[in-house]
Amino acid sequence: MLFLPSCKQVTALVIAREDRQLPWRQQLALRLHMAMCKACPVFERQVLTMRNAMRQWRNYEE
Amino acid sequence: MITVPLQTLSEPSFEQQLVDCRGDLLRFARLQLRNNAWAEDVVSETLLAALAKPQAFQSRSRLKTWLIGILKHKVIDTLRLHGREISTSPANDDDSADPLDAIAFKPDGHFSQTPADWGNPEQDLSSRQFLMVMEACASKLPVMQGRLFLMREWLELSVEEICKELSLTPTNLYVQLHRARLRLRECLELNWFAKPLT
Repeated sequence: MLFLPSCKQVTALVIAREDRQLPWRQQLALRLHMAMCKACPVFERQVLTMRNAMRQWRNYEE
Repeated sequence: MITVPLQTLSEPSFEQQLVDCRGDLLRFARLQLRNNAWAEDVVSETLLAALAKPQAFQSRSRLKTWLIGILKHKVIDTLRLHGREISTSPANDDDSADPLDAIAFKPDGHFSQTPADWGNPEQDLSSRQFLMVMEACASKLPVMQGRLFLMREWLELSVEEICKELSLTPTNLYVQLHRARLRLRECLELNWFAKPLT
């Protein structure tokens, strides 16, 4: 059965993805949800910004 | 009497350069270890190691980068040494709330309010300020969450390695990292506002 997560569940998955590989069902659900939702892609962009910024921060050369 | 060799103004001595880096090293060590005594120790050990083997420093890389590399090894040794103490400390459950509950969702699970647009701080000139705010936010994480988050993001350890060093279960670690990442995001949401494009 297709897993249709709420924004709250999607938010948790987007965070979890930073530390572990998601099962394919969750990856699919995430992708479908992102295509239909306005708010979650913004949240996802924030998490990606944090990921990129952390990388810059740890390689920080001034 | 200690004699200080004369140095030209343009070239501070190796020792002077080490001293200049000390503040930054201490900042990283404190952020990761969350214990001032341990942080002071690892920084001292790092400087001693650098003084003992100055020839190991290849001037191709920056001195600070080289020192931070040494520091990371010393920090991992310290975390390993105090692993049991860390994983059994009361600070381990200093934050039992799920920050996900701090985000307002409607009863049907949708966002009540769309998260803020942060812009592209990692790509533009505001990058430096964003990193500063992010570091300040990381330093405000609850102790255990902060340590685990930094082990992932600064020491770049895998989940397996962290679990091994601190005798944690992956489930426990994932819960703590979930909270840490959400708290960090929450802090940035409150303290970072994308500047309008001019």
